[in-house]
Amino acid sequence: MKKNHIIIASVVVLGLLFSLAAYFYNSQQMETKNNLATKHSSALIPFHAIKKGNPKAKVTIVEFLDPACGTCKKFHPRINELLKEYPEKLNVVVRYAPFHHGSDKMVAILEASRKQKQFWNVLDIMFETQEGWTVNHRAKPKLFWNYLKGYGFDITQIQKDMKDPTITKIIEKDLADGKLLGVRKTPTFFVNGKPLPSFGLRQLRNLVENEIAANY
Amino acid sequence: MNHEKHVNNKCWLLIFGAWLIATISTLGSLFFSEVMELTPCVLCWYQRIFMFPLAIILLVGLFPLDKKVVNYALPIAIIGLLFTVYHCLLFFGFIPESLQPCSQGVSCADDSMVLFEVLPIPILSLCSFLIIIILLLKTRTHQ
Repeated sequence: MKKNHIIIASVVVLGLLFSLAAYFYNSQQMETKNNLATKHSSALIPFHAIKKGNPKAKVTIVEFLDPACGTCKKFHPRINELLKEYPEKLNVVVRYAPFHHGSDKMVAILEASRKQKQFWNVLDIMFETQEGWTVNHRAKPKLFWNYLKGYGFDITQIQKDMKDPTITKIIEKDLADGKLLGVRKTPTFFVNGKPLPSFGLRQLRNLVENEIAANY
Repeated sequence: MNHEKHVNNKCWLLIFGAWLIATISTLGSLFFSEVMELTPCVLCWYQRIFMFPLAIILLVGLFPLDKKVVNYALPIAIIGLLFTVYHCLLFFGFIPESLQPCSQGVSCADDSMVLFEVLPIPILSLCSFLIIIILLLKTRTHQ
């Protein structure tokens, strides 16, 4: 019947239009992302940001993370794997994007533990125990202290150092830089200043390995 | 006989038009959320709840033509319209901020609700629901 053909044709045309529009939108977005990253490359690695790996490495991953973000938790062990695999060639820089409610307090705990040179240990514990101190995607720092016991950290000192006003400034700077670089979700990665072509563990590994191959 | 065929053709066209608008609105709304990654606000969600089924119910009513589909689709469209009207009043500031039901994350009266700097999404939604309702009511007069 002719009418049925009209309906089927409309469904096909609408579906095609949707896919085409999505394709063009995405490629345009990718271009904007790349342009932002090139334009504001100086905002990627500020002096205050914490680094891990070989500081002289020719490949640097900059990660904007949120301690309360579930996907950041899943990426965390993979980043550590990459660092173990390429200890000489890779450097990781952590920037903060505390988008979740209460996450800024978790960042303060991280920065305070940095003064005891325990940043990476505390970050490991924080991600491992994330389910325990987040409730409905809200970070509850009060629930976290229990998980820190028994490792020999000076918790009272961390609680004191957390109140340091420079930490607020670091968070503000990271949020402002994130905005410049188009960071709207966590985690967001830049490998040698390049954003991921599309989001995913494999895409991150590919980009890292491509950069290592290009630079060594 | 000929008259009935003529009426059926007219009804088909009206329901088809309503389905087309519902489907375009559904795809458009999915484009905003899935491709452009705009998070739908609470009121947007309620409008989506009443727009998405229209795209399916009206399609079922066209294969083969069943004019009764109007009876099922109209209440859904009218409830959707009520949410849209409320959203528009909120967006243009006729209802004060404090009455806003949107609490988490996305505001219903935010700038992100405006496309290409001129087209507010609530207005698009209002037009869709209005046209769908008018087309369905017109079909009803032919029943």
